[in-house]
Amino acid sequence: MNDVAVCAPRTAQTYKSSYKPIWCPGCGDYSVLSSVTKALAKVNVAPEEVVVVSGIGCSSRIPAYTNCYGFHGVHGRALAAATGLKVARPELTVLVAGGDGDGYSIGGNHFLHACRRNVDLTYIVMDNHVYGMTKGQPSPTTEPDWDSKLAPGGTGMRVFHPLVIALAAGANFIARAFSGDPNGTAEIIAQAILHPGFSFVEILSPCVTFRPEQREWKELARPAPVAPTTDAARAARRLMSDDGFNIGVLFEGDRPTYAHGRTSPRCELADLENDFVLAGVDTEEVPA
Amino acid sequence: MMLATTQEQEARPRAIVPAHADATSLSIAVAGSGGSGVMTAGSLLLEAAGKAGFYGLMVRTSGPQIRGGEAAALVRLAPRPVNSLDDGFDLLIAIDWLNLHRFADEIALTPASVIVGDPDAGDLPEALRACGARYVPLPLKKMAKAIPGSWINMLALGLAGALAGLPERALEAALRASWTRGEAGLEANLTALRAGIAAATGIEGVRPLARAASRSDADAAVRDSPARWLLSGNEAAGYGALRGGVRFVAAYPITPATEMLEWMAPALAKVGGALVQAEDELASVNMIIGASYGGVPSLTATAGPGLALMTEGIGLAVAAEVPIVVVDVMRGGPSTGIPAKSEQSDLSFAVGGLHGDAPRLVLAPASIADCVATTQWAVQLAEALQAPAIVLSDQFLGQSRAILDVPPQRAGVARRLTAAANVPDYKRYRDTENGVSPMAIPGTPGVVYTADGLEHTEAAIPSSQARDHRVQLDKRQRKLVMHDYGAAWADVEGEGEAAVITFGSAAAPVREALARLAARGVNVRLLVVRLLAPARPEHLDRALDGVTRVLVVEQNHGAQFYRYLRSVYDLPGKPASFHRPGPLPLRPAELADAILAWRGA
Repeated sequence: MNDVAVCAPRTAQTYKSSYKPIWCPGCGDYSVLSSVTKALAKVNVAPEEVVVVSGIGCSSRIPAYTNCYGFHGVHGRALAAATGLKVARPELTVLVAGGDGDGYSIGGNHFLHACRRNVDLTYIVMDNHVYGMTKGQPSPTTEPDWDSKLAPGGTGMRVFHPLVIALAAGANFIARAFSGDPNGTAEIIAQAILHPGFSFVEILSPCVTFRPEQREWKELARPAPVAPTTDAARAARRLMSDDGFNIGVLFEGDRPTYAHGRTSPRCELADLENDFVLAGVDTEEVPA
Repeated sequence: MMLATTQEQEARPRAIVPAHADATSLSIAVAGSGGSGVMTAGSLLLEAAGKAGFYGLMVRTSGPQIRGGEAAALVRLAPRPVNSLDDGFDLLIAIDWLNLHRFADEIALTPASVIVGDPDAGDLPEALRACGARYVPLPLKKMAKAIPGSWINMLALGLAGALAGLPERALEAALRASWTRGEAGLEANLTALRAGIAAATGIEGVRPLARAASRSDADAAVRDSPARWLLSGNEAAGYGALRGGVRFVAAYPITPATEMLEWMAPALAKVGGALVQAEDELASVNMIIGASYGGVPSLTATAGPGLALMTEGIGLAVAAEVPIVVVDVMRGGPSTGIPAKSEQSDLSFAVGGLHGDAPRLVLAPASIADCVATTQWAVQLAEALQAPAIVLSDQFLGQSRAILDVPPQRAGVARRLTAAANVPDYKRYRDTENGVSPMAIPGTPGVVYTADGLEHTEAAIPSSQARDHRVQLDKRQRKLVMHDYGAAWADVEGEGEAAVITFGSAAAPVREALARLAARGVNVRLLVVRLLAPARPEHLDRALDGVTRVLVVEQNHGAQFYRYLRSVYDLPGKPASFHRPGPLPLRPAELADAILAWRGA
């Protein structure tokens, strides 16, 4: 399909659309968008061979801001749509993007099964611990005592730990990034794209409108003090004990990718009719 | 005018079943507790009848727990194609009596019927005694025990086959063809089969199937008849989907749709497709939308509860104009309802159950054979119109197996209008004359766009502007309404000033009822609607030309089809309704009575 010869090297600009993002000033998602386009330039894949799939939420607006194919579906189902797309069209590079509400609450079941199914997708979650588009309700990653109109005094529920859950569900590539470090984030996303199977990148991406205290994240985020591990038990200990601000690739396994995709035809369609054909018997010798 | 209410129906005495208007067919029920192998016996009986040149139908019925509990195979055999159950049964073979009274309504017996049962398993239950059928005690369990390694259901098969007049060779061939275990077991069961055949000689009162006029005619008929198919509606729908071009399926298991998926999984792999078992129906519908967005014709199959979960996704397919096919194998509802029994009660939901103004295609196959063509057509329409198509099959069509003449091929494969690379000024949702706009498929350079469930401009940019909303609503409606669906939208049969309108699995018993009435000189026109949505007002007017009154027949409690037809069509005269819920199938005699009463009214 790449009949247009690519002469000029692809840059981040190659992957940006002319459409101006609708995000609040200071939103972390601007720099995540920039990291995604940088990562795609690093991987150097033709923009029309990339599909960015999302659900609903502030961060889920990202597909239209890229110069790739985009799919902006319904709330919580981005991983499902992306799974169908990738299994049907394995040659495409499929990125899935969304927020913590979309991915961990309404889409939580798909998150679990995407981790264990291990279809070759890159899942980017811009986590700001709040529902921003609906103006400030608690999400699964919101602290239990965070006060809001919908949950006065807080939800009282412990936070959802996406990385630990991803590991337990079988995710093969688990990373945490911070939107305040666009180059580092771009590097992590590029690694995630290149990693075979399901790759999960949780990006701390502040919502300065409803969670202004998240401006402090830039003081807290720092590179993880240890190299990525391939040992799930070690990764579990690290993920369970870290404070949520260790940045980097934290687990990288080598589980085989989903192997039940489309293959080349082995028979003609009409051959399937053999399943139905009823063989008669010669009744000549049958006693009356 | 509502002809039959549920109360009236209940009040009708059950034991008195009208005499057989169709003396050429034979109806046999094989019943027993789960695990006694009655479904295998029924399947092999059907297959043997097919091998001997007969046609037939087997309906599966079981208690609410699907696996385990009581079960019955309801088999009707005839020298002509069979699409419906008869009014009652000529023969009931009961392997045991466990909970058999629960089938008293489904297996209607008359004083002319014969019951063969095992006296060692207990006395004939009161519910069966009441019908006045002749009871022939036969110690089935002892007989099977006397043949080490044999199964009681093979004894029942021999008995049923011999009473039906099927040749031993056909029964033996059916058993051999299905046998996957060791040689010793096969010999034991062939011995049991013969013991069953031998036991039949002492049993009188079952009229065997009529052969053709002479032996040589019968043999010639078998020899010369073209190949026939033996398959379920679920398999037929699966094959129709593949013929339509489907190469991706995602689905979640659900009774009674699962067999369609289980047939499709290996079949898809053979023809270069794939099936993903999804985590739920929310996932399955979004998976097929994703795959179809990628250019691959895609389908899911489910039942009412799954369709309920899929509605948001189907709305996305409407808004983003992504072709998908959803096969709903209807069962008794609402909620979990009656999972393994048939009902046509998802119709209202299928034609109306999406939020917003969401035009969609709704089709209904009118027989097991038609599951092939209608599902294929649904794929073709979805692809051509870039819209979701819902196919309303049901448990009766889906899980019943029938011997068919090979259905005619429906021409053509799915054709989607796609965008060429680098076309200038590409707009995914361009407001074209017929409403269909070229769809760019990922991988095509120069025409990238973002498919969106948000309302959008022609260029696929999200928009809440009144004009954009109006343009896109009009476009999505226009492409469905303007399409030329041809003659396949409905089957129109017969003449007369009175017409019956029906759809789906109700069509076969209606057709049989009308044939019986025609034999008595009562002529009624029949309209079986295959394309339920969008409505075809001009076509309906033509089909009902000269008709002064219509009766709408369907299997649900709320007269859903009647209400729907009245909302989208101007029906002549004072339309009447005959409707009743499942799980009991509509019977030809019940319908013939209702039609006569309506004509006389």
